[in-house]
Amino acid sequence: MQQTPKKLVVIGNGMAPGRVLERLFEAQPDAYQVTIFNAEPRVNYDRIMLSPVLSGEKAYEDIIIHNEDWYAEHRVKLHKGRRIAAIDRDAKSVTAEDGTTAAYDTLLIATGSSPFVIPVRGHDLPGVVTYRDLDDVETMLAAAKRGGRAVVIGGGLLGLEAAAGLKAQGMDVTVLHLMPTLMERQLDTAAGYLLERAIAERGIEVITKANTHAILGEDQVNGVKLDDGTEIACDLVCMAVGIKPAAQIAADAGLEIGRGIIVSDTMQTSDPDIFAVGECVEHNGMCYGLVAPLYEMAAVIADRLCGGTSEYKGSVTSAKLKVTGIDLFSAGDFAEGDDREEIVLRDATGGIYKRLVLRDDRIIGVVLYGDTADGAWFFRMLKDGTDISAMRDTLIFGQNYQGGEPLDPMAAVAALPDDAEVCGCNGVCKSRITGKITELGLTTLDDVRAHTKASASCGSCTGLVEQLMALTLGDAYNPMAVQPMCGCTDLGHDDVRRLIKAKSLKTIPAVMQELEWKTSCGCAKCRPALNYYLVCDWPDEYADDYQSRFINERAHANIQKDGTYSVVPRMWGGQTSAAELRAIADVVDKFDIPTVKVTGGQRIDMLGIKKEDLPAVWADLGKAGFVSGHAYAKGLRTVKTCVGTDWCRFGTQDSTGLGVRIEKFMWGSWTPAKVKMAVSGCPRNCAEATCKDVGVVCVDSGYEIHFAGAAGLDIKGTEILGLVKTEDEALEHIAALTQMYREQGRYLERIYKWAKRIGYDEVRRQIMDDAERRRAYYDRFVFSQKFAQVDPWAERAQDEPKPDHFAEYRPLADLSRMQEAAE
Amino acid sequence: MTGNLHWVAVGQITDVPLRGARCVVTRIGKIGVFRTSDGEVYAIEDHCPHKGGPLSQGIVHDASVTCPLHNWVISLETGQVQGADEGRVKTIPVRIENDQIILGLESAQVGKAGRAA
Repeated sequence: MQQTPKKLVVIGNGMAPGRVLERLFEAQPDAYQVTIFNAEPRVNYDRIMLSPVLSGEKAYEDIIIHNEDWYAEHRVKLHKGRRIAAIDRDAKSVTAEDGTTAAYDTLLIATGSSPFVIPVRGHDLPGVVTYRDLDDVETMLAAAKRGGRAVVIGGGLLGLEAAAGLKAQGMDVTVLHLMPTLMERQLDTAAGYLLERAIAERGIEVITKANTHAILGEDQVNGVKLDDGTEIACDLVCMAVGIKPAAQIAADAGLEIGRGIIVSDTMQTSDPDIFAVGECVEHNGMCYGLVAPLYEMAAVIADRLCGGTSEYKGSVTSAKLKVTGIDLFSAGDFAEGDDREEIVLRDATGGIYKRLVLRDDRIIGVVLYGDTADGAWFFRMLKDGTDISAMRDTLIFGQNYQGGEPLDPMAAVAALPDDAEVCGCNGVCKSRITGKITELGLTTLDDVRAHTKASASCGSCTGLVEQLMALTLGDAYNPMAVQPMCGCTDLGHDDVRRLIKAKSLKTIPAVMQELEWKTSCGCAKCRPALNYYLVCDWPDEYADDYQSRFINERAHANIQKDGTYSVVPRMWGGQTSAAELRAIADVVDKFDIPTVKVTGGQRIDMLGIKKEDLPAVWADLGKAGFVSGHAYAKGLRTVKTCVGTDWCRFGTQDSTGLGVRIEKFMWGSWTPAKVKMAVSGCPRNCAEATCKDVGVVCVDSGYEIHFAGAAGLDIKGTEILGLVKTEDEALEHIAALTQMYREQGRYLERIYKWAKRIGYDEVRRQIMDDAERRRAYYDRFVFSQKFAQVDPWAERAQDEPKPDHFAEYRPLADLSRMQEAAE
Repeated sequence: MTGNLHWVAVGQITDVPLRGARCVVTRIGKIGVFRTSDGEVYAIEDHCPHKGGPLSQGIVHDASVTCPLHNWVISLETGQVQGADEGRVKTIPVRIENDQIILGLESAQVGKAGRAA
């Protein structure tokens, strides 16, 4: 007999409750029916990674922990953007601000914390932000686009990450810190000094002992005034001075409150049916703002929900600054005291500072600056209370220097016990990682992260995880699984595309500078790819770089083996007329064109044309109404059609008409690789639509849209996208699909490869099921077409040549007839 | 050899686009004239040692050009084929005077009567 699942309601959707649910579903997937109320209008994301989002190194999509599918899979009801207004403990129910209610058997409060705002004058002006969630990051990114100066109040972990991010986004940044040294809660004064120097070297101004007196401005912030009278003009103020547990809702419900919601070792509040987890909690007098303790709490709660008896005994925490290029680690207690000893190592030139604080031959505090490789090792001994007296003389040099001989790092990893914690953020031990690698045959870091969560949060244990992979997989492990675009960069196509958007890079030199290209101006592989990505992403702003296009796209004709060119005019949907054929015949005669050939895409190819004749050929073709067929382009090539209801006794729809309409709507668009389409008027499929990049098969009830076929190097039948009822819908779906491919495809990757890579179902989900997203793709395609639908032949035809186009087609000089002139 | 060269002006520097090329027709084949991103001008035979592709139609990057037919990469400075492939094309001496590109050509290229510019 199956038990009715109990009702678990969760208030808050941050990392802590996310972890509770993960652990719960792993242990007892069907025990609870879960409802989540999230005040933020989105799914669960990794708050630790907000700093890389601010600096542009990651995108929101990269930091999502649980996507919509996860909630669906676990039948979790997620109320996004609904804040809980009240808890009724007698009725055992909660009510949201919009009136939504939910009854619970067990309630989990995970309201997290609120940023502390200094109540000085002007703190509520527009342009004053905190640094807490994605909305704050978006506000800061928007402000950074306008440039100017940002003042960050608070020189702690969060404030410095905010400062580095805003600097990376191009703002001038001043950090104000109340105390004499930065990050004084995690660092001693020596490390604080080194940090201040490193921050200053990045062009960030640091003012310590700075007490904010007021924030200036009338209806928008324009400066900050300090107690000593100093005024700093600025356009943005970011307050990052600390957090306070968000416990109001629990207080209103009559739960016991201190600084946070008070919980016992069982993680229950003063009401045994109500648990609390995360930054809103106070346990044994302590509130925590780092991720590792939250995860330890989450593990206890998940176990308790399943009837277990684990207890939470408080956490020892360590901290790491997530600013690229600054290595800093601290843990434990490093205040000076009579009962304490310390070991210090300084290397001024190397910018290295290490300090261990000892009591009774045990490590109680660690500060590492400049070289943090041994942080995890020291931290483990600190947590375990290891007696270090035997290795005291060499302790500060780190793990490799114990026992005389420097250890092979792989041997050190191999020697780790199975229960050694590798990932502190997510509490993952060695045997879980090696076990999953073997059990599931994982070969990439991303897979290991996905299945074990190891190194999936702050990423500082990535090296260790990779060593474990190398150890477990041996030669089968290839750390370079991401194929770089070319020899000029270590980044893959996807990273480059993402960073172009994230960092708003709008020229090829900007991409190469910001993404640290290894060559001065790229190569024949990356330049055309970058040119395409920029054309696609900034259709209205980017000036096409013809020197980065392959000759065919530069000359708008197809180069042949002997250096001559071929020319293919567009024949809409494969239809032509006597006048058009006559014009082609005249051009062939006039320019003595040696070969005329019917192509596979239902049009006519003229081959063997000299480059200098091209503008004149186009001028003649243009007079007959022809435009370029883009037979040379990574772009829309042809739309093949059959005759459909116009003539065919089997035709179900006007396939020719639809084909012409698609081609007229979509010509001129650049795509990652060529795109060939077809429309067949009935399932007999005479236009061969089922092996095209995009195809339509007309049926009585409408239009069946196909995609991801191939009939070249590979042969592959299409996948069905879906059935739509009208021509208008067909056009919208096809344009949206094409735009999705334009935005996500890697340069030279055909649709069938792209779709296989991201998943056919994902394409269907975004194009067929998500009308809003489809419409957005469609709108972006239409916008882009405004700049793309210019006939390149007309621009270059000989009658009215533009000088910058004209040079392409003529020799710089002809010396073969210069004898007389030279005399 | 230098003594026998005919120095012939073929055009303005600005006639050749940056990271681009133009070709010069001579009596015995074409010459590609290239201008790199930092403004250096080079001239080499417009004929890939692989299958004779017109190098002046290729993509110019650093001081190299990639042939449009089969992606061989040729150094503009030395004419040497780069990477795993082998071969060499002839380089043509270039002088720049008053923004004019002046090529050092042999008699056969310009005809007997060619003379120093």
